This record gives sequence, C-alpha cells and structure tokens, in this order.
Amino acid sequence: MQIVLLLALVAVLAILPVVVPWLIFSLTLALASGFAALGVGLLLRAGLITIGQALFFACGAYAVAFLQRDLGIEGLLLLLIAATAITALAGVIVGSFMVRYRGIFFAMLNLAAAMVFYALLSKLYGITGGTDGISVHSPTVLGMVFDRDTFSGVLYYGALALALLIGYGVYRYTQSPMGKALSAVHANEIRLSYLGISVRGVLLASYTLSAALAGLGGSIAAIVIGRVLPHMSYWTESGALLVMAVIGGAGGVAGPFVGSFFVTLIHAAASSYGIDLWNLVTGIALLIVIFFLPEGLYGLGSRLLNRRKQP
Amino acid sequence: MLQMIAPLVVNGLANAALIFFVSVGLTLVFSVLRILNIAHGSFYSIGAYVGVIFVMWVGSAGLSPYLTYPALLLAAALVAALFGPLMERTLLRWTYGKSESIQILVTFAVFLILEDVQQLVFGVQAYYESTPMRLLGMTEIAGIPYPNYQLALIGAAVAVVIGLRLLLRHTRFGKLITAVVADAEVSQALGINKNLVFTVAFTLGTFLAALGGALATPTSGVSPGLGAETIVLAFAVATIGGLGQIEGAAVAAVIVGLAHVVAIFYFPAFQTVVPYIVMLAVLLIRPYGLFETAKVRRI
Repeated sequence: MQIVLLLALVAVLAILPVVVPWLIFSLTLALASGFAALGVGLLLRAGLITIGQALFFACGAYAVAFLQRDLGIEGLLLLLIAATAITALAGVIVGSFMVRYRGIFFAMLNLAAAMVFYALLSKLYGITGGTDGISVHSPTVLGMVFDRDTFSGVLYYGALALALLIGYGVYRYTQSPMGKALSAVHANEIRLSYLGISVRGVLLASYTLSAALAGLGGSIAAIVIGRVLPHMSYWTESGALLVMAVIGGAGGVAGPFVGSFFVTLIHAAASSYGIDLWNLVTGIALLIVIFFLPEGLYGLGSRLLNRRKQP
Repeated sequence: MLQMIAPLVVNGLANAALIFFVSVGLTLVFSVLRILNIAHGSFYSIGAYVGVIFVMWVGSAGLSPYLTYPALLLAAALVAALFGPLMERTLLRWTYGKSESIQILVTFAVFLILEDVQQLVFGVQAYYESTPMRLLGMTEIAGIPYPNYQLALIGAAVAVVIGLRLLLRHTRFGKLITAVVADAEVSQALGINKNLVFTVAFTLGTFLAALGGALATPTSGVSPGLGAETIVLAFAVATIGGLGQIEGAAVAAVIVGLAHVVAIFYFPAFQTVVPYIVMLAVLLIRPYGLFETAKVRRI
C-alpha cells in the first residue's frame, strides 16, 4: 500500500505546477528543504536530534555562490555535484567532532556550530557579502540556456526526479546493515559495540550523508531563490528543518518530504494572508504530532490506507 | 595595568551575573527533572518584557521610582507562577520516562509557540526603560565610573548562589529535592510528593530565568529574538559548568562573561561567537563540562 500512496503523492506533485503555475517557486523550495529534512530524519533514526542542520543547508548554498562567482562554473549539474561534495566534506569534519555526543549535547552543539557559521557569514563582509549575501544567477543546463520560466520548470522537475532517485538510494541505505545499525544506536548503543560494530563509524557515515543531503538541498535553494543569505544558517531555519522531519514522519524516506511540503505551504499561505504566526502554528502541529501521531503525517496516511483495506 | 584590567573585570562580572541567572535556572531544572528546557530562554525574554512594562507603569502612575525594584521582582514572580506550573503540569509530565528526543522536541515546540505569543502580545518594537539603573548613581573604580546597578547585579548573583546552596543543603525542601533526584521511586514509597517537588523546582527555575530577564532590561532593554540568543548562551554556560551543577554554572558564567568582554575589546566582530568557542574547547577536553563527571552507562 505504501507504494500506491507514494505514486499518488508524486503524481500530485508533478501535476500541481501545471494547474497552479505560481506555486512552482514554493514547491521547488519545499523539495530543496525536503532533502535537508531527510538528512535530519536520518539522524533521528539514531535518536539524534540536530537543531543545526541549517549549517549544511547554508554551506551548500554558499558553495554554489562561491563556485559561480569565483570559479565561473555555469553548469547546473556541476554546481550541484560540487556543492554537495564540498558540504559532505564539511560534514565529515564537523561530524567527527559531533558523533562523540548524544541527546541534548548533540542537539545544542549542532545549534552552536550553526550559530558560529551564521556569525561568520554575516560578519566576514569581504568574502560573503555580509547580510546582503551574494546573488546567484540561473546556470546553464547541459550547455543550454533557458529563459526564466522554462528554467524554473526544468529545475522543479529535475529536483523532483532527483528526490525520487535519492530517496530510493537513502531507502536502500536504511535497509542495509549500516542503516539497521543506525537504528540500533538508538535502541542500545553498547550492545551494538559488543557486536563488533563501530558506533562512531556508523554515526559518522550517517552524519556525512545527512550533511550532503542538506548541502544538495541548500544548493538547489540558492539557485531557486537567486541569492544566498546568512539567514539560511539561522536557528529558525534549523528549527524548521527539524519540524519538517518530525511532522512528516522520520520513520520513512517520504515523511520528511511530506513534512517539508506541509510546512512550506503553511508558510506560504500564512504570509499571503499577512499574518506571521508561522512559529505558533508549527509549534502546535509539532506537539500534536509528538503526542498523537508518533509516525508523522506520512505514517498517518499509510495507516488510514491499510485500515480501509483490512477492515 | 590596573587601568586596563579593572574595566574588563567589572564589565565581565556584571555580564556574568546576568548570564548566571538564566543558566542556573536551566541547570537547576535539568538536575531535578532531567529535562533541558529549550523554552527556558523564552521565560527570560517574557520576564524582561513584563519587567519593563511594570517599570514603565510605576513611572507613569507617579509612584516613587524606588518601587521599580519590587516591580521587577514581582514581574519575575508573576511570570514564573503563570508559566512554571502550567508547562510542567500540562506538557512536561507526559514526557517523563520517555526518550530524550521527545523531551527535546516538546520543549522546542513550546519555545516556538512562545516566540510568536510574545510577538502577538508585546509587538515587534524594542522596549527600554533605564530608571532603575539611573536611580542608583555611579561609582568610580580605577578612574572609570560604573553604574552601581551593575555592581548590585553582581551582588544579587552571589546572593542567589549562596541562597540556592542553603536551600538545597540545609532546608527540608532541599532534602526532598535531593531525595527525588537520587531515587524517585523510593522517595515516592516514603511518601514524598514527587509531582509537587518537580513542579516547585521547575517553577523556581522559571523564576530565575524571568528574574534574569527582568533585571537585565534596565541595562540592555528587550527586543524580539532575545529568547533564542539567551537559550543558546545559557546552554553553553550550563554545559561548560557541567549540566546540573549549580556552582559550576556560576564559575562558567564568570569565565564566559570575562571572555565575552575581552572579545568585545579586542575582536568586536566575533563577540557573539565567543561563548561557543569556550564551550567547544571545554567539551573537547572534558565532555561533561568542568564540574560534572562521566556517568556509568547501563547495558
């Protein structure tokens, strides 16, 4: 039944921009955040909460800006791959420090690292452009130059295809021995090391993958928005990514994407009515999900489908 | 030499006093409930808002300006009495014994909600009212004038350290807290009302955060976003001292306060980063903070 739900979701996402063209910007942004939220969800499997995922989101975004501005790289694919690789490298470095900690220490140290990065991005005016950020112009796709509307379509459907591809890859990862070991860290870490599995190695691999996913999301976001800003690394951004992963349901791969669409669309709706109660709404949604829907929205959806089938 | 060092030390200690109030509340709550309350920073900023509004009210009602000090205290007490029992009884009690990730998420959700509630209630403008600070005048130390208010803050922080120590070690309630922390089940079997101890400890922590906020307003005012900055700073200080260690929080607050001031003098662009650099350095060497020792993990 899971697969039906998934296909229905993808079909809706593929048709939506044709029906409501002005949504395409928000939808692409939601996909971009979805990648980063997927990274948060991956760490949640190990019982690790990060309130600093925006560090890598911003890292990917700024990598795109630097590659384009300083190295003159114009190809979309090259930009995405290089930015993801750079962020993965940052993930290895930061992660080798972070994987020593658990629980609240892990959460708050990630937050602190993101805050430091935010301060660096806003203060190093000469390199990062300070709070003005750096503008990013539309790159070429396989040597072709598109006009603005076509490019946003290409980017959206490209990101959607990428989400399916990478989502499947991450799914396979979670089903692999290493992915199973990741959930086992949450269940009982010491028994895991008695089995001869390196907890440190398992966590570092996931942390790096999580960072790379956030970097990919950030690089897509930089291209969609057309500008990178220090705010991408601010704690509100990290908080939003965490909320997306939890609300959507961190148990599966589709959950964080569902969460990111839910949160991004609420945000778009709230700001179009001119009221900014976004934190209030997401906070309440978060409490509801924690206490009543431990598997998140996606878990709720698949449970309803299953119930209908077996009365 | 004294000319150089004196202002650094006095400013650093005054800074430390304010950081101390909020981090000691955080560490106190953690030591009893074993929950790190992310919404703690919001209590600080709500205390600041209510404090500044009370002080303004005292001014506009034509009362004696000296009544602003009890007004600040009253503001903190009101915030604690309102939010402490409410949050502990309605939300946190459902998370006891659950995994740490759930506890973090619940307090984070409360933090998000309170951020918007503050904007709804108090608006987005900054508040600043310095009557309580101007009233106390200035003292000259090594040729530089200091507001007496800042010196009084240092005294208040020292009083809180001593007061908490006396409360925990030498009163009946302190012994009840110690018993519940040591073994909640046995102390319940002995007839100790664990729920009451938790509620009171949480409310006391909330009071300290709100008091820190209220006392800070005469020097720095209050504006949106204060809650987030405060919780990260308070966490950094509480962690450096060792989570759950009250004296540790005091020492850590002094270290961070001094480091902060040194950074303002020499690297002003990076003053906000300093507490985290201190924290990262401490945690690299002592993963549980300066005054906390490693616990044996059960299989």
